[in-house]
Amino acid sequence: MSTPADLELDCRGMLCPLPVIELGKRIGEVAVGGLVAVVASDVAARTDVPAWCRMRGQEYAGEETAPDGTPRYLVRRLS
Amino acid sequence: MADRFGHVTSADRPSALPRPVYLDSASAEPLHPAARETLLAALERGYADPRRLHGPARDARLLLDNARAVVAECLEVRPDEVTFTASGTEAVHRGLLGLRLGTAPAGDARIGYAAVEHSAVVHAARWTGPEPLEVPVDRLGRVDPEGFAGADVVALQSANHEVGTLQPVDRLPDGVPLFLDACASMGRLPLPARWDVLAGSAHKWGGPAGVGVLVVRKGTRWANPFPGDDRVDERASGFENVPAALAAAAALRAVVAERDDVGARQRALVDRIRAAAADVADVEVVGDPVDRLPHLVTFSCLYVDGEALVTELDRRGYGVASGSACTASTLTPSRVLEAMGVLTHGNVRVSLTRDTTEADVDGFLDVLPGVVRDIRAEVGL
Repeated sequence: MSTPADLELDCRGMLCPLPVIELGKRIGEVAVGGLVAVVASDVAARTDVPAWCRMRGQEYAGEETAPDGTPRYLVRRLS
Repeated sequence: MADRFGHVTSADRPSALPRPVYLDSASAEPLHPAARETLLAALERGYADPRRLHGPARDARLLLDNARAVVAECLEVRPDEVTFTASGTEAVHRGLLGLRLGTAPAGDARIGYAAVEHSAVVHAARWTGPEPLEVPVDRLGRVDPEGFAGADVVALQSANHEVGTLQPVDRLPDGVPLFLDACASMGRLPLPARWDVLAGSAHKWGGPAGVGVLVVRKGTRWANPFPGDDRVDERASGFENVPAALAAAAALRAVVAERDDVGARQRALVDRIRAAAADVADVEVVGDPVDRLPHLVTFSCLYVDGEALVTELDRRGYGVASGSACTASTLTPSRVLEAMGVLTHGNVRVSLTRDTTEADVDGFLDVLPGVVRDIRAEVGL
Protein backbone atom coordinates (compact mmCIF):
# COMPACT_ATOMS: atom_id res chain seq x y z
CA MET A 1 0.00 0.00 0.00
CA SER A 2 1.42 3.37 -1.04
CA THR A 3 0.96 6.56 0.95
CA PRO A 4 -0.73 9.19 -1.27
CA ALA A 5 1.81 11.83 -2.32
CA ASP A 6 1.34 15.34 -3.71
CA LEU A 7 4.02 14.67 -6.31
CA GLU A 8 5.16 11.31 -7.65
CA LEU A 9 8.62 11.24 -9.27
CA ASP A 10 9.16 8.19 -11.44
CA CYS A 11 12.93 7.72 -11.38
CA ARG A 12 12.93 4.06 -12.37
CA GLY A 13 16.04 3.20 -14.38
CA MET A 14 17.78 6.48 -13.52
CA LEU A 15 21.31 6.15 -12.14
CA CYS A 16 22.68 8.25 -9.29
CA PRO A 17 22.68 11.20 -8.94
CA LEU A 18 19.69 11.63 -11.30
CA PRO A 19 16.92 10.71 -8.80
CA VAL A 20 18.24 13.26 -6.31
CA ILE A 21 18.65 15.88 -9.06
CA GLU A 22 15.00 15.29 -9.99
CA LEU A 23 14.00 15.68 -6.34
CA GLY A 24 16.04 18.88 -5.97
CA LYS A 25 14.54 20.39 -9.10
CA ARG A 26 10.92 19.55 -8.39
CA ILE A 27 10.44 19.76 -4.61
CA GLY A 28 9.25 23.34 -5.16
CA GLU A 29 6.19 22.05 -7.02
CA VAL A 30 4.56 20.99 -3.74
CA ALA A 31 3.48 23.37 -0.98
CA VAL A 32 5.35 23.45 2.34
CA GLY A 33 4.04 20.45 4.28
CA GLY A 34 3.43 18.53 1.05
CA LEU A 35 4.73 15.04 0.35
CA VAL A 36 6.95 13.96 -2.55
CA ALA A 37 7.43 10.30 -3.49
CA VAL A 38 10.64 9.33 -5.28
CA VAL A 39 10.33 5.94 -6.94
CA ALA A 40 13.88 4.87 -7.72
CA SER A 41 15.47 1.57 -8.67
CA ASP A 42 19.04 2.84 -8.18
CA VAL A 43 20.40 1.48 -4.88
CA ALA A 44 22.25 4.71 -4.07
CA ALA A 45 18.89 6.48 -3.62
CA ARG A 46 18.35 4.58 -0.35
CA THR A 47 21.26 6.52 1.16
CA ASP A 48 21.15 9.64 -0.95
CA VAL A 49 17.48 10.64 -0.52
CA PRO A 50 17.72 10.74 3.31
CA ALA A 51 21.13 12.46 3.03
CA TRP A 52 19.64 15.06 0.69
CA CYS A 53 16.84 15.71 3.21
CA ARG A 54 19.38 16.25 5.98
CA MET A 55 21.55 18.57 3.88
CA ARG A 56 18.60 20.57 2.52
CA GLY A 57 16.61 20.77 5.76
CA GLN A 58 13.70 18.67 4.51
CA GLU A 59 12.05 15.72 6.25
CA TYR A 60 12.71 12.14 5.20
CA ALA A 61 9.41 10.33 5.77
CA GLY A 62 10.49 6.75 5.10
CA GLU A 63 10.68 4.03 2.48
CA GLU A 64 7.85 2.03 0.96
CA THR A 65 7.56 -0.30 -1.99
CA ALA A 66 5.72 0.63 -5.17
CA PRO A 67 3.25 -1.97 -6.57
CA ASP A 68 5.94 -3.20 -9.01
CA GLY A 69 8.40 -3.76 -6.14
CA THR A 70 10.52 -0.65 -6.78
CA PRO A 71 11.53 1.25 -3.61
CA ARG A 72 9.52 4.45 -3.03
CA TYR A 73 11.10 7.11 -0.81
CA LEU A 74 8.91 9.76 0.86
CA VAL A 75 10.02 13.33 1.46
CA ARG A 76 8.05 16.06 3.23
CA ARG A 77 8.80 19.62 2.20
CA LEU A 78 9.54 21.68 5.33
CA SER A 79 10.75 24.93 3.75
CA MET B 1 55.67 32.97 -23.85
CA ALA B 2 55.21 30.84 -26.96
CA ASP B 3 58.21 29.98 -29.12
CA ARG B 4 58.28 30.46 -32.91
CA PHE B 5 56.41 27.19 -33.43
CA GLY B 6 53.64 28.37 -31.19
CA HIS B 7 54.62 25.95 -28.41
CA VAL B 8 54.46 27.09 -24.83
CA THR B 9 58.00 27.42 -23.55
CA SER B 10 59.16 25.75 -20.41
CA ALA B 11 59.38 29.06 -18.57
CA ASP B 12 55.62 29.41 -18.88
CA ARG B 13 54.78 25.82 -18.14
CA PRO B 14 54.36 26.00 -14.36
CA SER B 15 51.33 28.25 -14.68
CA ALA B 16 50.09 27.24 -18.14
CA LEU B 17 50.49 23.48 -17.84
CA PRO B 18 51.01 22.58 -14.20
CA ARG B 19 52.47 19.18 -13.42
CA PRO B 20 49.82 16.62 -12.52
CA VAL B 21 49.18 16.53 -8.79
CA TYR B 22 48.61 13.05 -7.39
CA LEU B 23 46.20 13.16 -4.45
CA ASP B 24 45.44 9.47 -4.02
CA SER B 25 48.06 8.21 -1.56
CA ALA B 26 45.39 6.25 0.31
CA SER B 27 45.19 4.00 -2.76
CA ALA B 28 48.97 3.88 -3.15
CA GLU B 29 51.70 6.14 -1.77
CA PRO B 30 54.49 6.73 -4.30
CA LEU B 31 57.60 4.70 -3.54
CA HIS B 32 59.56 6.34 -0.73
CA PRO B 33 63.10 7.37 -1.78
CA ALA B 34 64.48 5.16 1.01
CA ALA B 35 62.60 2.18 -0.47
CA ARG B 36 63.84 2.87 -3.99
CA GLU B 37 67.49 2.83 -2.91
CA THR B 38 67.07 -0.30 -0.83
CA LEU B 39 65.09 -2.09 -3.52
CA LEU B 40 67.73 -1.49 -6.17
CA ALA B 41 70.51 -2.71 -3.88
CA ALA B 42 68.51 -5.73 -2.70
CA LEU B 43 67.59 -6.79 -6.23
CA GLU B 44 71.29 -7.51 -6.74
CA ARG B 45 71.70 -9.47 -3.51
CA GLY B 46 68.34 -10.91 -2.53
CA TYR B 47 67.47 -13.27 -5.41
CA ALA B 48 68.39 -16.64 -3.89
CA ASP B 49 66.17 -19.04 -1.95
CA PRO B 50 66.59 -18.03 1.70
CA ARG B 51 66.17 -21.67 2.83
CA ARG B 52 69.28 -22.96 1.06
CA LEU B 53 72.67 -23.28 2.68
CA HIS B 54 74.98 -21.64 0.12
CA GLY B 55 76.36 -18.13 0.20
CA PRO B 56 73.76 -16.34 -1.98
CA ALA B 57 70.99 -18.05 0.05
CA ARG B 58 72.57 -16.89 3.31
CA ASP B 59 72.63 -13.40 1.82
CA ALA B 60 68.92 -13.55 0.95
CA ARG B 61 68.13 -14.99 4.39
CA LEU B 62 70.07 -12.18 6.03
CA LEU B 63 68.14 -9.56 4.08
CA LEU B 64 64.81 -11.19 4.92
CA ASP B 65 65.67 -11.43 8.63
CA ASN B 66 66.83 -7.83 8.50
CA ALA B 67 63.52 -6.75 6.94
CA ARG B 68 61.63 -8.61 9.65
CA ALA B 69 63.72 -7.02 12.40
CA VAL B 70 63.21 -3.51 11.02
CA VAL B 71 59.45 -3.93 10.69
CA ALA B 72 59.30 -5.38 14.22
CA GLU B 73 61.22 -2.41 15.59
CA CYS B 74 58.97 0.09 13.78
CA LEU B 75 55.82 -1.59 15.09
CA GLU B 76 57.30 -2.29 18.54
CA VAL B 77 56.65 -6.03 18.24
CA ARG B 78 58.92 -9.12 18.31
CA PRO B 79 60.62 -10.15 15.05
CA ASP B 80 59.20 -13.69 15.31
CA GLU B 81 55.69 -12.19 15.36
CA VAL B 82 56.17 -10.65 11.87
CA THR B 83 55.27 -12.43 8.62
CA PHE B 84 55.58 -11.02 5.10
CA THR B 85 52.72 -11.87 2.75
CA ALA B 86 52.14 -11.21 -0.95
CA SER B 87 49.73 -8.33 -0.27
CA GLY B 88 47.83 -6.49 2.42
CA THR B 89 44.72 -8.40 1.36
CA GLU B 90 46.53 -11.70 1.92
CA ALA B 91 47.66 -10.52 5.35
CA VAL B 92 44.03 -9.65 6.18
CA HIS B 93 42.75 -13.01 4.96
CA ARG B 94 45.42 -15.06 6.78
CA GLY B 95 45.22 -12.92 9.88
CA LEU B 96 41.46 -12.91 10.32
CA LEU B 97 40.71 -16.45 9.15
CA GLY B 98 43.63 -17.87 11.14
CA LEU B 99 42.43 -16.11 14.28
CA ARG B 100 38.93 -17.42 13.67
CA LEU B 101 40.28 -20.96 13.19
CA GLY B 102 42.12 -20.74 16.52
CA THR B 103 39.08 -19.46 18.40
CA ALA B 104 36.40 -21.55 20.11
CA PRO B 105 33.95 -22.89 19.19
CA ALA B 106 36.41 -24.54 16.80
CA GLY B 107 35.41 -23.98 13.19
CA ASP B 108 32.24 -22.26 14.26
CA ALA B 109 33.45 -18.99 15.77
CA ARG B 110 31.39 -15.99 14.69
CA ILE B 111 33.17 -12.92 13.36
CA GLY B 112 31.89 -9.44 14.18
CA TYR B 113 33.13 -6.58 12.01
CA ALA B 114 32.38 -2.87 11.68
CA ALA B 115 30.15 -1.94 8.75
CA VAL B 116 32.91 0.31 7.38
CA GLU B 117 35.65 -2.35 7.17
CA HIS B 118 37.66 -2.74 3.98
CA SER B 119 36.16 -5.21 1.50
CA ALA B 120 39.09 -7.59 2.16
CA VAL B 121 37.83 -8.02 5.73
CA VAL B 122 34.20 -8.40 4.66
CA HIS B 123 35.03 -10.98 2.00
CA ALA B 124 37.13 -12.98 4.48
CA ALA B 125 34.43 -12.78 7.18
CA ARG B 126 31.79 -14.04 4.74
CA TRP B 127 33.96 -16.70 3.12
CA THR B 128 33.31 -19.47 5.63
CA GLY B 129 31.67 -20.12 8.97
CA PRO B 130 28.50 -18.73 10.51
CA GLU B 131 26.88 -15.53 9.26
CA PRO B 132 29.04 -12.68 10.62
CA LEU B 133 27.77 -9.85 12.75
CA GLU B 134 27.97 -6.47 10.98
CA VAL B 135 28.16 -3.69 13.57
CA PRO B 136 26.73 -0.29 12.52
CA VAL B 137 28.64 2.99 12.74
CA ASP B 138 27.60 6.56 13.52
CA ARG B 139 27.49 9.49 11.07
CA LEU B 140 31.26 9.98 11.47
CA GLY B 141 31.94 6.35 10.62
CA ARG B 142 32.87 5.32 14.17
CA VAL B 143 31.74 1.99 15.58
CA ASP B 144 30.31 1.54 19.08
CA PRO B 145 32.71 -0.84 20.89
CA GLU B 146 29.73 -2.34 22.76
CA GLY B 147 28.15 -3.36 19.46
CA PHE B 148 30.33 -6.47 19.11
CA ALA B 149 28.51 -8.37 21.88
CA GLY B 150 27.80 -11.88 20.55
CA ALA B 151 30.89 -12.06 18.34
CA ASP B 152 33.55 -14.70 19.12
CA VAL B 153 36.18 -12.84 17.07
CA VAL B 154 36.26 -9.10 16.34
CA ALA B 155 37.65 -7.57 13.14
CA LEU B 156 38.18 -3.83 13.41
CA GLN B 157 40.22 -1.31 11.48
CA SER B 158 42.59 1.12 13.18
CA ALA B 159 41.32 3.88 10.91
CA ASN B 160 38.91 4.05 8.04
CA HIS B 161 40.51 3.97 4.60
CA GLU B 162 37.82 6.12 2.94
CA VAL B 163 36.97 8.80 5.47
CA GLY B 164 39.92 8.68 7.89
CA THR B 165 37.98 8.26 11.14
CA LEU B 166 39.97 6.46 13.86
CA GLN B 167 38.20 3.55 15.53
CA PRO B 168 37.99 3.12 19.33
CA VAL B 169 40.11 -0.06 19.25
CA ASP B 170 41.42 0.29 22.79
CA ARG B 171 37.88 0.61 24.16
CA LEU B 172 36.80 -2.83 22.91
CA PRO B 173 35.76 -5.18 25.71
CA ASP B 174 38.58 -7.43 26.96
CA GLY B 175 38.70 -11.13 26.28
CA VAL B 176 37.43 -11.38 22.71
CA PRO B 177 40.22 -12.10 20.17
CA LEU B 178 40.84 -9.04 17.99
CA PHE B 179 42.01 -8.86 14.41
CA LEU B 180 43.20 -5.32 13.67
CA ASP B 181 43.21 -4.08 10.07
CA ALA B 182 45.96 -1.49 10.38
CA CYS B 183 46.45 -1.05 6.62
CA ALA B 184 45.22 2.56 6.46
CA SER B 185 47.33 3.84 9.36
CA MET B 186 50.46 1.66 9.52
CA GLY B 187 53.58 3.81 9.67
CA ARG B 188 51.57 7.03 9.83
CA LEU B 189 50.27 6.53 13.38
CA PRO B 190 51.37 4.34 16.30
CA LEU B 191 49.38 1.12 16.66
CA PRO B 192 46.63 0.86 19.27
CA ALA B 193 47.57 -1.23 22.33
CA ARG B 194 44.75 -3.74 22.02
CA TRP B 195 45.15 -6.39 19.24
CA ASP B 196 46.01 -10.05 18.86
CA VAL B 197 46.63 -10.25 15.12
CA LEU B 198 47.10 -7.35 12.71
CA ALA B 199 47.65 -6.66 9.03
CA GLY B 200 49.38 -3.91 7.06
CA SER B 201 50.10 -3.15 3.41
CA ALA B 202 53.42 -1.71 2.23
CA HIS B 203 52.21 0.28 -0.79
CA LYS B 204 50.05 2.36 1.55
CA TRP B 205 53.11 3.70 3.40
CA GLY B 206 55.45 4.12 0.42
CA GLY B 207 56.85 0.60 0.13
CA PRO B 208 56.46 -1.45 -3.04
CA ALA B 209 53.17 -3.16 -3.92
CA GLY B 210 53.06 -6.91 -3.32
CA VAL B 211 54.18 -6.80 0.31
CA GLY B 212 51.77 -7.31 3.18
CA VAL B 213 52.65 -7.54 6.85
CA LEU B 214 50.94 -10.00 9.17
CA VAL B 215 51.70 -9.80 12.88
CA VAL B 216 50.51 -12.54 15.23
CA ARG B 217 51.07 -11.66 18.86
CA LYS B 218 53.00 -14.28 20.85
CA GLY B 219 50.62 -16.63 22.63
CA THR B 220 47.67 -15.91 20.31
CA ARG B 221 45.66 -18.95 19.25
CA TRP B 222 46.12 -18.61 15.50
CA ALA B 223 46.09 -21.52 13.04
CA ASN B 224 46.99 -21.43 9.35
CA PRO B 225 43.66 -21.32 7.49
CA PHE B 226 45.25 -22.23 4.13
CA PRO B 227 47.48 -25.06 2.89
CA GLY B 228 50.88 -24.97 4.57
CA ASP B 229 54.23 -24.51 2.89
CA ASP B 230 57.74 -25.34 3.98
CA ARG B 231 59.19 -21.86 3.87
CA VAL B 232 61.24 -19.81 6.30
CA ASP B 233 58.08 -18.65 8.05
CA GLU B 234 55.37 -21.26 8.77
CA ARG B 235 52.61 -18.61 8.69
CA ALA B 236 53.40 -17.73 5.06
CA SER B 237 53.43 -19.60 1.79
CA GLY B 238 55.30 -19.14 -1.47
CA PHE B 239 58.78 -17.95 -2.35
CA GLU B 240 59.58 -14.81 -0.40
CA ASN B 241 59.98 -11.52 -2.31
CA VAL B 242 63.10 -10.61 -0.35
CA PRO B 243 64.03 -7.34 -2.13
CA ALA B 244 60.48 -5.99 -1.86
CA ALA B 245 60.20 -6.96 1.82
CA LEU B 246 63.46 -5.18 2.58
CA ALA B 247 62.37 -2.10 0.61
CA ALA B 248 59.04 -2.10 2.45
CA ALA B 249 60.91 -2.23 5.76
CA ALA B 250 63.19 0.64 4.72
CA ALA B 251 60.18 2.75 3.73
CA LEU B 252 58.43 1.95 6.99
CA ARG B 253 61.47 2.98 9.02
CA ALA B 254 61.72 6.27 7.10
CA VAL B 255 57.98 6.96 7.40
CA VAL B 256 57.96 6.29 11.15
CA ALA B 257 60.99 8.55 11.61
CA GLU B 258 59.37 11.44 9.75
CA ARG B 259 55.74 10.92 10.73
CA ASP B 260 55.52 13.66 13.35
CA ASP B 261 56.67 16.31 10.85
CA VAL B 262 54.87 14.93 7.80
CA GLY B 263 51.72 14.20 9.78
CA ALA B 264 51.57 17.70 11.25
CA ARG B 265 52.00 19.28 7.83
CA GLN B 266 49.39 17.00 6.26
CA ARG B 267 46.98 17.60 9.12
CA ALA B 268 47.14 21.37 8.54
CA LEU B 269 46.66 20.96 4.77
CA VAL B 270 43.71 18.62 5.29
CA ASP B 271 42.16 21.14 7.69
CA ARG B 272 42.35 23.70 4.89
CA ILE B 273 40.74 21.35 2.39
CA ARG B 274 38.00 20.50 4.87
CA ALA B 275 37.23 24.18 5.46
CA ALA B 276 37.35 25.18 1.79
CA ALA B 277 35.27 22.21 0.59
CA ALA B 278 32.65 22.89 3.27
CA ASP B 279 32.41 26.47 1.95
CA VAL B 280 31.22 25.26 -1.46
CA ALA B 281 27.41 25.24 -1.48
CA ASP B 282 25.79 21.85 -0.79
CA VAL B 283 29.07 20.08 -0.13
CA GLU B 284 29.34 17.86 2.93
CA VAL B 285 32.74 16.98 4.38
CA VAL B 286 32.50 13.60 6.06
CA GLY B 287 34.46 11.66 8.69
CA ASP B 288 35.74 12.80 12.06
CA PRO B 289 37.28 16.28 11.82
CA VAL B 290 39.80 15.64 14.63
CA ASP B 291 40.26 11.94 15.46
CA ARG B 292 41.33 10.95 11.97
CA LEU B 293 44.19 9.95 9.72
CA PRO B 294 46.48 12.91 9.04
CA HIS B 295 46.57 12.68 5.25
CA LEU B 296 43.05 12.02 4.07
CA VAL B 297 39.76 13.88 3.61
CA THR B 298 36.48 12.92 1.95
CA PHE B 299 33.56 15.07 0.85
CA SER B 300 30.41 14.69 -1.22
CA CYS B 301 28.91 17.25 -3.60
CA LEU B 302 25.14 17.28 -3.99
CA TYR B 303 23.78 16.85 -7.56
CA VAL B 304 27.21 16.00 -8.92
CA ASP B 305 28.10 12.82 -10.79
CA GLY B 306 31.17 11.27 -9.15
CA GLU B 307 32.68 10.04 -12.40
CA ALA B 308 32.32 13.47 -14.03
CA LEU B 309 33.89 15.08 -10.99
CA VAL B 310 36.92 12.76 -10.95
CA THR B 311 37.32 13.09 -14.73
CA GLU B 312 37.12 16.90 -14.69
CA LEU B 313 39.59 17.15 -11.80
CA ASP B 314 41.93 14.80 -13.63
CA ARG B 315 41.66 16.97 -16.77
CA ARG B 316 42.84 19.89 -14.65
CA GLY B 317 45.73 17.84 -13.31
CA TYR B 318 44.40 16.53 -9.98
CA GLY B 319 44.21 12.77 -9.38
CA VAL B 320 41.65 11.88 -6.69
CA ALA B 321 39.58 8.81 -5.76
CA SER B 322 35.81 8.53 -5.35
CA GLY B 323 33.41 6.28 -3.45
CA SER B 324 30.51 7.00 -5.79
CA ALA B 325 28.78 4.08 -7.48
CA CYS B 326 29.50 5.26 -11.00
CA THR B 327 33.24 5.13 -10.31
CA ALA B 328 33.23 1.62 -8.80
CA SER B 329 33.82 -1.65 -10.66
CA THR B 330 30.78 -3.04 -8.82
CA LEU B 331 28.59 -0.03 -9.77
CA THR B 332 27.38 0.06 -6.17
CA PRO B 333 28.05 2.99 -3.87
CA SER B 334 30.75 2.81 -1.21
CA ARG B 335 29.64 0.62 1.70
CA VAL B 336 31.46 3.04 3.99
CA LEU B 337 29.44 6.07 2.90
CA GLU B 338 26.24 3.99 2.96
CA ALA B 339 26.90 2.77 6.50
CA MET B 340 27.54 6.34 7.64
CA GLY B 341 24.33 7.55 5.98
CA VAL B 342 26.11 10.29 4.04
CA LEU B 343 25.66 11.29 0.42
CA THR B 344 27.22 8.64 -1.83
CA HIS B 345 27.17 10.57 -5.10
CA GLY B 346 29.55 13.36 -6.02
CA ASN B 347 32.09 11.86 -3.66
CA VAL B 348 35.79 12.68 -3.67
CA ARG B 349 38.56 11.32 -1.48
CA VAL B 350 41.68 13.47 -1.38
CA SER B 351 44.76 11.86 0.18
CA LEU B 352 48.09 13.65 0.40
CA THR B 353 51.47 12.16 -0.33
CA ARG B 354 54.46 12.86 1.94
CA ASP B 355 55.58 15.66 -0.39
CA THR B 356 52.23 17.26 -1.27
CA THR B 357 52.84 21.01 -1.04
CA GLU B 358 50.75 23.95 0.02
CA ALA B 359 50.78 25.08 -3.62
CA ASP B 360 49.35 21.70 -4.71
CA VAL B 361 46.50 22.07 -2.24
CA ASP B 362 45.90 25.73 -3.16
CA GLY B 363 45.74 24.79 -6.83
CA PHE B 364 43.24 22.04 -6.11
CA LEU B 365 41.09 24.35 -4.00
CA ASP B 366 41.20 26.97 -6.76
CA VAL B 367 39.68 24.65 -9.36
CA LEU B 368 37.26 22.70 -7.15
CA PRO B 369 34.37 25.21 -6.84
CA GLY B 370 34.33 25.89 -10.59
CA VAL B 371 34.37 22.20 -11.48
CA VAL B 372 31.44 21.53 -9.12
CA ARG B 373 29.54 24.56 -10.42
CA ASP B 374 30.03 23.56 -14.08
CA ILE B 375 28.84 19.98 -13.55
CA ARG B 376 25.77 21.24 -11.68
CA ALA B 377 25.06 23.78 -14.42
CA GLU B 378 24.98 20.96 -16.99
CA VAL B 379 22.02 19.38 -15.18
CA GLY B 380 20.31 22.73 -14.63
CA LEU B 381 21.10 23.18 -10.94
